[in-house]
Amino acid sequence: MITLHDYDLSAEGYAVRLFLALLGQDYSLVPVEYYPAREHEGEAFRALNPLASLPVLVEGDLVLTEVAGILTYLAARHGGADWYPAGDAAQLGRIGDGLALAARLAASAGAVRLADGMMLPLDGAAARAEAKRLLRVIDEHLWFGEAAGNDWLCPGPRPSIADIACFPHIVLAEEGDIPLIDYPAIRRWLDRVRRLPGFVVMPGVFGA
Amino acid sequence: MIETGGIDPDTWNRWHVVGCHDELPTDGPRTTRLLGRAITVARRGAGADVRLGDGTPLPAQIAYGYVWTSLGTPGPLFELPEYAEADRRNLNGCSFGVRTSPPRAIENFLDMAHFPFVHTGILGEEDHPDVKDYDVAISADGREVVASNCLFYQPKAAAASTGGAEVSYRYRVPHPWCAVLYKDSPVKPGRMDVIALFIQPCGEEEIIANLALFILDDDTPLPALRRFQQQIFVQDKPILENQMPRRLPLYPRADSPVRADKASIAYRRWLRQLGTTYGVLS
Repeated sequence: MITLHDYDLSAEGYAVRLFLALLGQDYSLVPVEYYPAREHEGEAFRALNPLASLPVLVEGDLVLTEVAGILTYLAARHGGADWYPAGDAAQLGRIGDGLALAARLAASAGAVRLADGMMLPLDGAAARAEAKRLLRVIDEHLWFGEAAGNDWLCPGPRPSIADIACFPHIVLAEEGDIPLIDYPAIRRWLDRVRRLPGFVVMPGVFGA
Repeated sequence: MIETGGIDPDTWNRWHVVGCHDELPTDGPRTTRLLGRAITVARRGAGADVRLGDGTPLPAQIAYGYVWTSLGTPGPLFELPEYAEADRRNLNGCSFGVRTSPPRAIENFLDMAHFPFVHTGILGEEDHPDVKDYDVAISADGREVVASNCLFYQPKAAAASTGGAEVSYRYRVPHPWCAVLYKDSPVKPGRMDVIALFIQPCGEEEIIANLALFILDDDTPLPALRRFQQQIFVQDKPILENQMPRRLPLYPRADSPVRADKASIAYRRWLRQLGTTYGVLS
């Protein structure tokens, strides 16, 4: 049985919850209060994850603490060829790039969203500028992808875990005062993700 | 003549909330904003020390678990007698920064019509969208707006709810930017839970929304109570941040209200009576 230690308002956690829902995988949720209690920094949680970050996925003896690792594991273990193109080295490389892009979004759009809502210290202007730089690149990438018949971040007929990892930070970017009106190809891509069978929302995200 | 920087007298001389006392840092003052000014809020035992950024002390009091201050000469803060009832649990459900004006947040709190669509499966269901007629009045002394006899079907009205129920509601707005909701307790029939929204006006389009709970629920653990409120409030946040203009329009024919908006119409009329110009479009 999969156990997910998570905070409802965590965008990273939502990526994992969304992917588990798309896979139709059951799991048990252990809520961890990131704000205001900062339970993830407490001794009990650090015993599970010394990095003191959320989410954490546990299955049997396996403990995974980063979204990239968690999604990769779930795709390879439960996703089949649809979600884990084992023999396609180039596609695996692109998916790896997309997961790293999600981490850059987390550090910019994701960080300013949390700082604004939870009154945490951050250079908001710098974070927003970096997020907008990334969104501009992603919007162009998706626009040219659409023109070539590709609907997703990595070329191919199906979404990959790169889409799942990036989606939460982008769909929630407006909470950090980053208007998405400037990125039309991104908005069309958000709607495509929302229409995936099994899609679930989190507080602050609405369905298609 | 006191220089208020254009802030209307009612706003200038009110008490305003500047944070939950229990959540103040223990290792130094918290820096925050009030009415466009930088302020510091420091814990002093069971009290607090509030100052402008230049060190000028401001009046301070602790009430209902929160720190309140004022830029002017405040009168008494509104009464909330339920806070002192021995069998209630009093806690800060959540505090979130929101890019909107204080009155937009109050109006959203008074609005039942959005429950089925924004809080689907919790405070409302799309199959039960009707807002039944209710009563609204500005109190005889002009000090608050009261909406009563509100009824709404809610699948999960509170953290302690075990199923859907027709829930009766009553609202008080005893301060331009504080609203108090009384709703049927799912645990103690005949009694009401009290949930209050205390808005810290950081700026005209920048607030911290504090949801205070004064509830009859001895069993639900504290993190679960906070989790329930956080989930609900974060559903409202994108709605609030997308309402344009961010300041609440008070001029005639700014909006076309429907019957369900009676509370909001009375609230807007009351703000005009008070002469509130902060956070609104007159």
